[in-house]
Amino acid sequence: MSNVPLLQVRNLHTSFYTDAGEVRAVNGISYNLDRGKVLGIVGESGSGKSVSAYSVMRILTDTGRVTEGQVLFNGEDVLKYTPQQMQAFRGSRISMIFQDPMTCLNPVFTVGSQLREAIRIHTDRTKEQIQARALEMLQLVGVNEPEKRLKQYPHELSGGMRQRVMIAMALACEPDILIADEPTTALDVTIQAQILELMQSLQKKLGMAIIMITHDLGVIADICDEIIVMYAGKVCERGTADEIFYNPRHEYTKGLIRSIPRITERHEKLIPIAGTPVDLLNLPAGCAFASRCDCAMKICLKEQPQEIWVNDSHIAACWNNVKRMAEASEEMRPYE
Amino acid sequence: MSDNKPLVDVRDLKQYFPVKSGLLNKLTLKAVDGVSFTIDKGETLGLVGESGCGKTTVGRTLLHLYKPTAGEVWFDGKLVTDKNIGEFRKDMQIVFQDPYSSLNPRMTVSDIIGEPLDIHHLYANKKERADRIAELLTLVGLNSEHANRYAHEFSGGQRQRIGIARALAVNPRFIVCDEPVSALDVSIQAQIVNTFEELQQKLGIAYLFIAHDLLVVQHMSRRIAVMYLGKIVEIGPAADIINNPIHPYSQSLISAIPMPDPEAARHKHRIVLEGDVPSPLHMPKGCPFRTRCRYATDACAESCPSLTDRGEGRQVACHLM
Repeated sequence: MSNVPLLQVRNLHTSFYTDAGEVRAVNGISYNLDRGKVLGIVGESGSGKSVSAYSVMRILTDTGRVTEGQVLFNGEDVLKYTPQQMQAFRGSRISMIFQDPMTCLNPVFTVGSQLREAIRIHTDRTKEQIQARALEMLQLVGVNEPEKRLKQYPHELSGGMRQRVMIAMALACEPDILIADEPTTALDVTIQAQILELMQSLQKKLGMAIIMITHDLGVIADICDEIIVMYAGKVCERGTADEIFYNPRHEYTKGLIRSIPRITERHEKLIPIAGTPVDLLNLPAGCAFASRCDCAMKICLKEQPQEIWVNDSHIAACWNNVKRMAEASEEMRPYE
Repeated sequence: MSDNKPLVDVRDLKQYFPVKSGLLNKLTLKAVDGVSFTIDKGETLGLVGESGCGKTTVGRTLLHLYKPTAGEVWFDGKLVTDKNIGEFRKDMQIVFQDPYSSLNPRMTVSDIIGEPLDIHHLYANKKERADRIAELLTLVGLNSEHANRYAHEFSGGQRQRIGIARALAVNPRFIVCDEPVSALDVSIQAQIVNTFEELQQKLGIAYLFIAHDLLVVQHMSRRIAVMYLGKIVEIGPAADIINNPIHPYSQSLISAIPMPDPEAARHKHRIVLEGDVPSPLHMPKGCPFRTRCRYATDACAESCPSLTDRGEGRQVACHLM
């Protein structure tokens, strides 16, 4: 077994060139994803969590461009692939499901024809085999009456059903990685529970890795092995779920966790993060979160914090950690 | 007038919409089907349920934005009807879900907040109007210099504050909050939730807080009502409903909340419901929830359970529990 992680993202930068100027959506993020793991990317709107995934899939809009960095899949740089290679790569090795299943399914084709198309492009099966596979996929994702559904159009299905069809399409060619971009945000709580349950069981059954992009800390806590917290296109903090929730080392993560209501602390007031998200057109020289941070120091305004290891399973990019470490080391000095 | 009289008293409210299907066929969509509840002065009642369960329609029908098919709404001991609704508009206001579409892009902030003041003639001269607008903006945490800007110049959270200021302009005693934080980011959500709470403490306003996010609702509300397919299936004190739901639907709804706590998530048992919500056009006979209920028996198909008192202010509509 090789030690190369399935997916390595290294120092990825993505910008959008708009009339107003360069919008720096992703500013140097790095992470590894191992086979069979669930990685959660959490952040608010505009934090670059979706764009980072689109960059990996190379499905950015015309104005967007990856300006720097590498995306290594099994050690090969995906960003250097030709469009033909990319087409073969997408869907078969890595595939994606989106937030709104209605806009992602074509309303003028039946569910069956869209599902069959996904299978036909990536495999050389006969017509009968393709049909059988489509049926099998619908059964796998728990769609009732699959034969009937294949002949129906997307508008005849409910939101949860459509998301199941999307998942069936994404998994039809047994990809190694499934990127789920806010897959349950448009769904109701009980349907969300169904879809999360389904994704977890499929992940166990098929052994694929999942990148789960969401703004919902609840969903993240529920299913992820490792979590990345993003703010203004940068990784604030990366670590195991327990580390992020019980030992947060970035003020933004702490703020996020404080600002969600909890069942036990009913009468306690929420502590919101003051201010508004940063303008990606004019990123500050220092830490992007400094203007909203209660613990900001002088250096936070001048210089960007580096990602440093808090412990074996936890990275944080915050000057306060550097300070804490320096203080600790001061005390470690031999007594004179 | 005694003080323990509820501020808002909704009795057996019904809202049906006619729906055409085919050429001759006419169906009735029972969006709200016999809903009753009360809200005290300065109290928050949370209303939760999935999309299509009729929670928004309850809020709108309550304010007579739709003409109710049947049922009564009493406000402060007076019956609200189509004819006298104008008198109550000053007391009952609404904050909408989408802060982008609920503000007119061609009006400045001072026009938006000033409009209710104009309609109800709440000022003597221009200066008074401007002062009141500035006061309202400060009250909701905006800067009074923002008055001359347009809505598109603000972020989502700030726009929602403008919407709140507009509702507050006429000094209401009751506000229907229709998913006021669902369109906002988590960190901004907390700011707006706090604003609502501070205003309630300061001004003693009662809220009907409609949302699908149970964590926010339980944080805001003293009591919670759970709706399913146009009916309230359970209503009671917030902590009881969250910690010890009785109705099978509330049980699964609450077990489905994704907890922002990995430890809790590992030990949680999710009750996953089968299937989807039935179409409100073709409602199942008997209990509306029976098609997805784990405990359903023949009795559930025969008659629809009504809300019965279970003590400690809790009412549940279920034959079995």
